[in-house]
Amino acid sequence: MEIVREVARKNAAVIFTKSWCCMCHSMKALLYELGASPAVYELDQHVNGTQMEWGLRALGCCPVVPVVFIGGTLVGSAEDIISLHVDGSLKHMLINAKAIWL
Amino acid sequence: MCSQPVELQPNLFSTSSGQHENWGESNMAESSSRMDTSTDLDPDDKNHKFDAQSAGVGVSDSSDKSKEKTSTLRRLAQNREAARKSRLRKKAYVQQLENSRLKLTQLEQELQRARQQGVFISNSGDQSHVRSANGELAFDAEYARWTEEQNKLINELRTAVNSHASDPELRTLVDNVTAHFNDVFRLKTNASKADVFHILSGMWKTPAERCFMWLGGFRPSELLKLLANQLEPLTEQQLTGIYNLRESSQQAEDALSQGMDALQQSLAETLANGTSGPEGSSGNVANYMGQMAMAMGKLGTLDGFLRQADNLREQTLQQMHRVLTTRQSARGLLLIHDYFSRLRALSSLWLARPRE
Repeated sequence: MEIVREVARKNAAVIFTKSWCCMCHSMKALLYELGASPAVYELDQHVNGTQMEWGLRALGCCPVVPVVFIGGTLVGSAEDIISLHVDGSLKHMLINAKAIWL
Repeated sequence: MCSQPVELQPNLFSTSSGQHENWGESNMAESSSRMDTSTDLDPDDKNHKFDAQSAGVGVSDSSDKSKEKTSTLRRLAQNREAARKSRLRKKAYVQQLENSRLKLTQLEQELQRARQQGVFISNSGDQSHVRSANGELAFDAEYARWTEEQNKLINELRTAVNSHASDPELRTLVDNVTAHFNDVFRLKTNASKADVFHILSGMWKTPAERCFMWLGGFRPSELLKLLANQLEPLTEQQLTGIYNLRESSQQAEDALSQGMDALQQSLAETLANGTSGPEGSSGNVANYMGQMAMAMGKLGTLDGFLRQADNLREQTLQQMHRVLTTRQSARGLLLIHDYFSRLRALSSLWLARPRE
């Protein structure tokens, strides 16, 4: 769990993915479209991937990918991201965390 | 020497105690101890023959012979009786069989009708095939029911709008329609867990709807474009709100579409990765199975995309209500419904058009 919090703290926006996960591809695309450049951590490719996966599961993330953190706060899975995007909250969170600039 | 016509009988009347047992439930005990007669022979002919024989026989020794004659006659009578009863039982049994056959035909027809209406009835045969076919039918039937209910709710809303009902009243009706919309998203989620291709392919929609659908349903941004034009007058704030919502929806739609494209590409790569080794080698088989396993895993993520597409639809409708006034929301829902009604009607017209 610590390693996950570390990663989240150090980056304005983080997305945890797996290389073969296409929903992760979608969420990355959405964040890029908004002008963000999230740090991407591929759990199946990263050297600390297994540890990170344990950490995410411990936080209750199911499915374990894709998971997004903005400004150190857990935003959630694809379902959460889409919901927050539709009502405009996602953009505000990204601006507040200085992950994007207008 | 006297012949014993009675003892000849077993040969002449070769029955059928086995046959006899099949003809009726309660008849076995009755007849097992008796010498039964077959129904093929005409009983009268038989008796005449035997009477003649016995008449021809019992002449000289009167007292003994008369006793024999009596017992012979008695046995003949018993045989006739047995034969008669046997014929009656056979007739009853055949009648029973005929009735059962009719009943069976009726039941088969009922079963067929029930299946067509989407009632799930398992078969003793191929379970999986029947189950999935019934699953599709079940969803189609549920969707038909949902559409009917939706029509009813929309008509209530229309009446209220036309009669200039109060805002609270309208609000309730708008909430009812919205909640009902969410019901169909739930239905689709459940159905896609069982059969994602049925939902994705849109076979439960009319052809025109199917042609223009996106990820198993309507494209939210297009619906908003439709509404923005028809819902005037809108305030500046509302116009901005609708515009932003349309943009957000468009972005999310693009993102999900890109994910689907990536999935298709990934699947194609998996299936295309064949080896060029000799046919039937164990390496090839293992490779093939590995490929299929990977492809299966990828197909398993399809219903996630459907779920997020429906999620987007649900969220977009919800946000739309936040931007619009109650009356505008009501009109918006009516516009959406009418649009889809016309699209469905178009499908019917198209299908019924005269062809050269």
